[in-house]
Amino acid sequence: MKLFTETGRYLLMLKGMFSKPENGKMYWKEFMHQCSDIGIGSLGIVVIISFFMGAVSAVQTAYQLVSPIIPKSTIAQIVRDTVILEFAPTLVCIVLAGVVGSKIASELGNMRVSEQIDALEIMGINSKAYLVMPKILAALLVIPMLVVVSAGLGILGGRIAGTSSGILSSADYTKGLLQNFTPYNVFFAMAKSYTFAFFISSIPAFYGYNVSGGALEIGRASTKSVVVSCVLILMADYVLSALLL
Amino acid sequence: MIEVKNLKKGFEDKLVIKGVDATMQAGKCNLIIGSSGSGKTVFMKCLVGLFEPDEGEILYSGNDLVTMSDEEKKETRKQIGMLFQGSALFDSLTVEQNVMFPLDMFTKDSYQDKLKRVNEVLARVNLKDANKKFPAEISGGMKKRVGIARAIVLNPKYLFCDEPNSGLDPQTSLVIDQLIKELTTEYNITTVINTHDMNSVMEIGDNIIYMYQGHKEWEGNNKEIIFNKNEKLNSFIFASEFLKDAKDMRMLEVKGKIDNDRNMDELLNSDEDVLNS
Repeated sequence: MKLFTETGRYLLMLKGMFSKPENGKMYWKEFMHQCSDIGIGSLGIVVIISFFMGAVSAVQTAYQLVSPIIPKSTIAQIVRDTVILEFAPTLVCIVLAGVVGSKIASELGNMRVSEQIDALEIMGINSKAYLVMPKILAALLVIPMLVVVSAGLGILGGRIAGTSSGILSSADYTKGLLQNFTPYNVFFAMAKSYTFAFFISSIPAFYGYNVSGGALEIGRASTKSVVVSCVLILMADYVLSALLL
Repeated sequence: MIEVKNLKKGFEDKLVIKGVDATMQAGKCNLIIGSSGSGKTVFMKCLVGLFEPDEGEILYSGNDLVTMSDEEKKETRKQIGMLFQGSALFDSLTVEQNVMFPLDMFTKDSYQDKLKRVNEVLARVNLKDANKKFPAEISGGMKKRVGIARAIVLNPKYLFCDEPNSGLDPQTSLVIDQLIKELTTEYNITTVINTHDMNSVMEIGDNIIYMYQGHKEWEGNNKEIIFNKNEKLNSFIFASEFLKDAKDMRMLEVKGKIDNDRNMDELLNSDEDVLNS
């Protein structure tokens, strides 16, 4: 029963975001601020995990491919496809659910508890439209970009790890990357990125916006939002894979 | 002027506001007092539209806030300024940006004009050289003054203050009270103050509403409150022995004057100086 109530409240919050902006310039400013916060703020962690994710992927694939009849370039092909299909969109989005999600939930929770959201409402500003909408739109814009960066860096990480440890030559890696490339995989990765970006921003915004109590509740809301986002990301990952692949 | 008619508000099965009627006069400080849990915060949140009442009318210059459309509510809210208990300043913005925020949102003035207006209101609340500071860098009293500056920057017709003196020392409280009183008369604002502070009650209470268990138990002004015969109000106002003694002394002092040549009603209605002496 509680699940239905919460889902209903979540949908009502999303519905409440749609109203005419009081001042388009201020909304644009907030949107750009959120793009910078979510995009630039998470770039460091995305770069680090993507690079090592690709490197580990190359080394472990080579470890498993022991047959001499399988060409070395297959390693690059497997790294490319796993990075594009799964690691870049899903793993990066799960990390972002922690980094971005907890930030959104605690920021809005703190604003709720310290009556800053009430202050906006009293001024005649639709707080859902001004605070939640720019976060969701910014996430929808920059998270797919981060996923693209992540995929590129993952493939680069695989190349550096593979060639530096003597698993395969740079030419083999390039050859593998170009073999049997399916552009549809990139579309699939983007579809996942947009879906996950929506969860990463809207779920924490819901929990943060509806906090009642004090510091303890802000912490709880933050944790809950990350857990729920991660579970939804994994469920959506399965659903999208079943539907689109 | 704000008129409240038969206002009722409950949460789940519990009725918190049980049919309150009140009139908040323009140019006067209207105080809502009452012990914790008496419903005064819920009452104020209903007045500003943060809670939707179950029953009753809230008339802002004759227009009912309860039945207004969302757009009308937005327009009405632009005429409302509110000072929150914790000031509710935006942490990520400087003092100047906090005060400028309503101007940024609702006016198309140039930056220079907005800055001029911000400096005007900051000077009005006696805050200078704090423009570039963040809320975390200023004291509680300064935060309240920034909150007031932000509340009045759009020249509101209605000013709501939720516990304006909470967490402040008596001297700073007095400064804040005087500031609210001056702004109220200067701009003819309808000011509604939710307070526990008895100094405020005595200093600026032009119209005082005492809430008890969700209903209006008593209404009067700061002159009448000393002589009221309502037991519940007296046990709330004069809770400590010190205040009881102070009241008895004042009563004796005034009674001596009454016995000489006038009755209590005349005294209350006419000679304010006698009471203040």
